[in-house]
Amino acid sequence: MGVKLLLDKANVPGIRTYEVYRREGGYRAVEKALKEMTTDAIVEEVKKSGLRGRGGAGFPTGMKWSFIAKPDGVPRHLVCNADESEPGTFKDRYLMEFLPHLLIEGLIVSSYALGSNDTYIYIRGEYAWITDILEQAIEEAKAAGWLGKNILGTGFDCNIHVQRGGGAYICGEETALIESLEGKRGNPRIKPPFPAIQGLWMRPTVVNNVETLAAVVPIINMGGEEYAKIGVGKSTGTKLISACGNINKPGVYEIDMTITVEEFIYSDEYCGGMKDGKKLKACIPGGSSVPILPANLLLTTAKGEPRYMNYESLSDGGFATGSMLGSGGFIVLDEDQCIVKNTYTLARFYRHESCGQCSPCREGTGWMEKILQKIETGKGEMSDIDLLWDIQRKIEGNTICPLGDAASWPVAAAIRHFRDEFEWHVKNPELAQTSNFGLQHYADPIHVPA
Amino acid sequence: MATTFNDTQMTEFKRLVARYPEGKQKSALLPALHLAQESFDGWLSTEAMDYVASLLQIEPIEVYEVATFYSMYNLKPVGKFVFEVCQTGPCMVSGSDNIIDYIKKTLDIRPGETTKDGLFTLKLVECLGACGYAPMMQVGKIYKEHLTKEKVDSIIAEYKALATNN
Ligand SMILES: Cc1cc2nc3c(=O)[nH]c(=O)nc-3n(C[C@H](O)[C@H](O)[C@H](O)COP(=O)(O)O)c2cc1C
Ligand code: SF4
Ligand code: FES
Repeated sequence: MGVKLLLDKANVPGIRTYEVYRREGGYRAVEKALKEMTTDAIVEEVKKSGLRGRGGAGFPTGMKWSFIAKPDGVPRHLVCNADESEPGTFKDRYLMEFLPHLLIEGLIVSSYALGSNDTYIYIRGEYAWITDILEQAIEEAKAAGWLGKNILGTGFDCNIHVQRGGGAYICGEETALIESLEGKRGNPRIKPPFPAIQGLWMRPTVVNNVETLAAVVPIINMGGEEYAKIGVGKSTGTKLISACGNINKPGVYEIDMTITVEEFIYSDEYCGGMKDGKKLKACIPGGSSVPILPANLLLTTAKGEPRYMNYESLSDGGFATGSMLGSGGFIVLDEDQCIVKNTYTLARFYRHESCGQCSPCREGTGWMEKILQKIETGKGEMSDIDLLWDIQRKIEGNTICPLGDAASWPVAAAIRHFRDEFEWHVKNPELAQTSNFGLQHYADPIHVPA
Repeated sequence: MATTFNDTQMTEFKRLVARYPEGKQKSALLPALHLAQESFDGWLSTEAMDYVASLLQIEPIEVYEVATFYSMYNLKPVGKFVFEVCQTGPCMVSGSDNIIDYIKKTLDIRPGETTKDGLFTLKLVECLGACGYAPMMQVGKIYKEHLTKEKVDSIIAEYKALATNN
């Protein structure tokens, strides 16, 4: 069993309620932080922990916190990003649904460290029942004196508010999220200014992911140095992985980042192997926007070394032969899955979610969707594959926000690793409607444990 | 259907607005639109949007801009229950196509349409954060997960019963 720091109590009956959470040692981090630590000392502890943002980009959290501007007389805000809309990702939902007080506790400590008296949780609108769970947890925490005015007699005031979004993936991008929180369309802002200087209502703001803020609790309890001992290299601590697709046990798993991808897929502690004994074809290891990898490059790097479930190892080889840990949305595809169709649904997703501000993203995502649909429905031509490649290259790096990149990477990686399957679709338009390319990509039998 | 909040709805509206600093009441727009949609038959008419604008003391256009941007706001009347079925990659590889086909056949409607009795609307949506529990759909505030044909049958029966009991 790997170390668990976030979900260790997830199975304790009643842990969702304040009484049980407190009895199990909850809110100790708030006591310690507010009574025994200065705000600088908390930031220092988070820096020492090596914690990297769990929302997808992996930016060091302590460093981000140290950037927040502190002009006199201007309120600062902490905003918790609970928009969780990247296909394949459902870990924040699990954490909020089953351990709401862990998030609230992390938010209080983090709000104190950043000087945020009004902290907002921006949650995707569809998670309506989780909004109710969070609001109840906030009421319980307030009644017990952990929120409100003069918390623990320290003079620190803090309130937490939950705002539901309206259904828009782009509002997960931090500046679009801020716009949305101000009651506007979710159009990302041009940076600079960065939110740390001018964010919500033009005030200094830090936006962090749910899991990032929950991880602050074990960091304060055990100390940054101890936290950093878990994991490997720059992948410190534990990471939540939401696993889905053609596996026996889809769900949310907390891993310490020293296990191999092979163990994660095939061991009973995690995904429990491939469903119906099928063979592994491909995997998108970090949410829909990261590059898809064929089985052979997923289980081992190009150098032939085992691949591990951490930031460095998953990106080993760059985009040529690697991928990314991203948001931890782990999507597994078996031999019956069609890469063209899968890529098409993702292209449709990004077209639907483009905010439309930049022409390369607005137009490019539309073209990619149409061309992929054409190939998928048996009307594609060989030149379409090159056209797709060309379009994704023209989007990448030419847009205001990273959604453009997020839309191009899946298309690029699918063509890079599965070009033969695209060509097969074009050459066999009828056959492709009723059958599947299967595992023909693999010249050598892939290494798949029994 | 009246497009003004009753007392309970107005209390909730005031709670939403109170979460933001003085002068920043526009921030309550998204939650206020959710409340309006829930209060006024599941969709946002122009009157409903104008009403929200007047309550928040902002221009109607500021409300239209927002309501048209986000996918959860219905700008046309919908059935009493909206089946929002996810069709994105992870759900697709777990069999959502079959479920969508089955719902289409059973209710005899296409995506975007409402059954003649006004009970059900089918809407195809993108990833709802339930990829590990696929195929899935959202009905109102609730997620229905691990869908099978049998489960779809019982969900339809469940909502039909709910409609006749109300
Ligand atoms: C298109 C797009 C969607 C994003 N969606 C999310 C999201 O749903 N949740 C999240 O935490 N971060 C998301 N991010 C990343 C945020 O912009 C931001 O980096 C993150 O919330 C920072 O928190 P962290 O440092 O704790 O990871 C998204 C970024 C982009 C470009
Ligand atoms: S890249 Fe796409 S989503 Fe991002 S700002 Fe430009 S148009 Fe909007
Ligand atoms: S893909 Fe359907 S819920 Fe995520």
